[in-house]
Amino acid sequence: MGSFIEIEALEHSYQAADGAGRKALGGVSLSIGRGEFVAVLGANGSGKSTLARHLNGLLLPSSGHVRVEGMDTRELAERGELWQVRSKVGMVFQNPDNQLIAAMVEDDVAFGPENLGVEPLEIRRRVKESLEAVGMTRFRKRAPHLLSGGQKQRVAIAGALAMETDCLVLDEPTAMLDPQGRKEVLEVVKRLHRERGLTVILITHFMEEAMEAQRVVVMDKGCSVMEGTPREVFARGEELKALGLEVPLAGELAARLRQAGVPLPKEAILTVEELLQGLQALRGKAHVH
Amino acid sequence: MLSDITIGQYYPGNSLLHRLDPRVKILLLLLLMAEIFIFASWTAYGFIIALTCALMCCSGVPLKVLLRSLRPLLWIIVLTFIIHLLGTPGETAYQLGVINITWEGLSRGTFICLRLMLLILLSSLLTFTTSPVKLTDAMEALLSPFRRFGLPAHELAMMMTIALRFVPTLIEETDRIMKAQQSRGVDFTTGSIFTRLKAMVPILVPLFLSAFRRADELALAMEARCYRGGVGRTQMKALAVTRLDYIAVFLMIAMAAGLSVLAWLD
Ligand SMILES: Nc1ncnc2c1ncn2[C@@H]1O[C@H](COP(=O)(O)OP(=O)(O)O)[C@@H](O)[C@H]1O
Ligand SMILES: [Mg+2]
Repeated sequence: MGSFIEIEALEHSYQAADGAGRKALGGVSLSIGRGEFVAVLGANGSGKSTLARHLNGLLLPSSGHVRVEGMDTRELAERGELWQVRSKVGMVFQNPDNQLIAAMVEDDVAFGPENLGVEPLEIRRRVKESLEAVGMTRFRKRAPHLLSGGQKQRVAIAGALAMETDCLVLDEPTAMLDPQGRKEVLEVVKRLHRERGLTVILITHFMEEAMEAQRVVVMDKGCSVMEGTPREVFARGEELKALGLEVPLAGELAARLRQAGVPLPKEAILTVEELLQGLQALRGKAHVH
Repeated sequence: MLSDITIGQYYPGNSLLHRLDPRVKILLLLLLMAEIFIFASWTAYGFIIALTCALMCCSGVPLKVLLRSLRPLLWIIVLTFIIHLLGTPGETAYQLGVINITWEGLSRGTFICLRLMLLILLSSLLTFTTSPVKLTDAMEALLSPFRRFGLPAHELAMMMTIALRFVPTLIEETDRIMKAQQSRGVDFTTGSIFTRLKAMVPILVPLFLSAFRRADELALAMEARCYRGGVGRTQMKALAVTRLDYIAVFLMIAMAAGLSVLAWLD
């Protein structure tokens, strides 16, 4: 698994109105492999969106480097060729209403390849295929404002796929959705990762979503402060809480049960299934006594 | 209430008129309008009216819907008729006190009203049979020769596209804000114009703020999808002229030629 995105000592300062810089990222180093599924967690204002926007050159490093397939975003920007990384790294934003451009679903999905100067017939093929991949073929003639939030986000994902992107960066794509829409979007993302080997970087507030990732990165005050598999990270419940993050509900419940003296098994409990198993094991023991 | 608003008056269908290339339709409409102004004779109008009726029949748009497009301008048509009826000197047809109706007035008023109605109906035929998206594409294509004089053809079309996408969203949002304000007891429906306008302020302020935020985010999303302006851009639904368009252009030019000969013989 070669490194697909290489982030090296990335710092970023926003220019305030008075000219003073305001540091949003303070030296993040991270390497993301091709085909990896990484979740990024962090409290509000910890710099997650700022980090995401560096991955496709929407923002450029104040210092440090971001390389996508070896291409340095700052060098690309100097040559005016940022589209090269933008077509490789597709991005889905938080607000489903503010990222669809055309008045019809299929026209919107075509927007990316149109900008890349792809041949009309090839665009049609890509649009068809992308809409199928997110299960929105039925709605291809629909106006975006008539879709549900989850459907809009799926169209946004199709719009990125139509650029034949290798990587999907999703910046809290489910934050404004209802539980149903959240499930739809996460299912699609998981399937794309599994079936197409798409590299996925999912920024999220929901621990259940982060549990699906292969690796979790926790951000705090513009720095990456924890990194590991979901199990490793969520086992550090107290630290997460100190960073203003929630712990998966099942994990929290298990911790409290242990505090209350219930002798749950020693292994970390993070999901509802594991909690159930632990509790059943207890009941088994009780029967023996 | 607000959500009933639709943009444009496109009437979906698959008639001959629907299938014509929108650029061709616009150019032919301009040609017809020019004919209406140039050939101001009853014979010429006979032909043009016959053509308009034929087009209305093969547009697939119900007659009632088509005629409805005259309604907003009905008063202007009636007023124009009355002014010409009373204001044209000539042989008296009917006299009532100071009101003097002449035969010339009657003929002239009818003629001008016919002209107005033809202009309205023909342009409605264009908008009824062409989706706003296609109209936008056609506008971009037809204006692109003027780019060398600094006309931002692509940018104008992109603005139209975004407007078509966001007007319904903004209307929904207005509706929501109005309901939120009404539930707090704001009254938009009674009081003097001034109080009603003042009640609009708490709607407009959040609406504008949100529109600016939307614009910001949309610009970012467009950039993320490699938008770099119109240069080097292709279109999935590129406009293409077909045999149908050639036939239509040929027929219309033949008609223009015929009308010219008629006018010359006169
Ligand atoms: N456009 C901007 N201008 C100035 N400061 C900004 C801007 N965007 C974000 N920031 C600041 O940068 C920090 C990180 O923001 P952000 O990356 O959006 O965090 P997150 O996505 O984790 O909530 C915050 O303190 C925020 O106030
Ligand atoms: Mg954010």
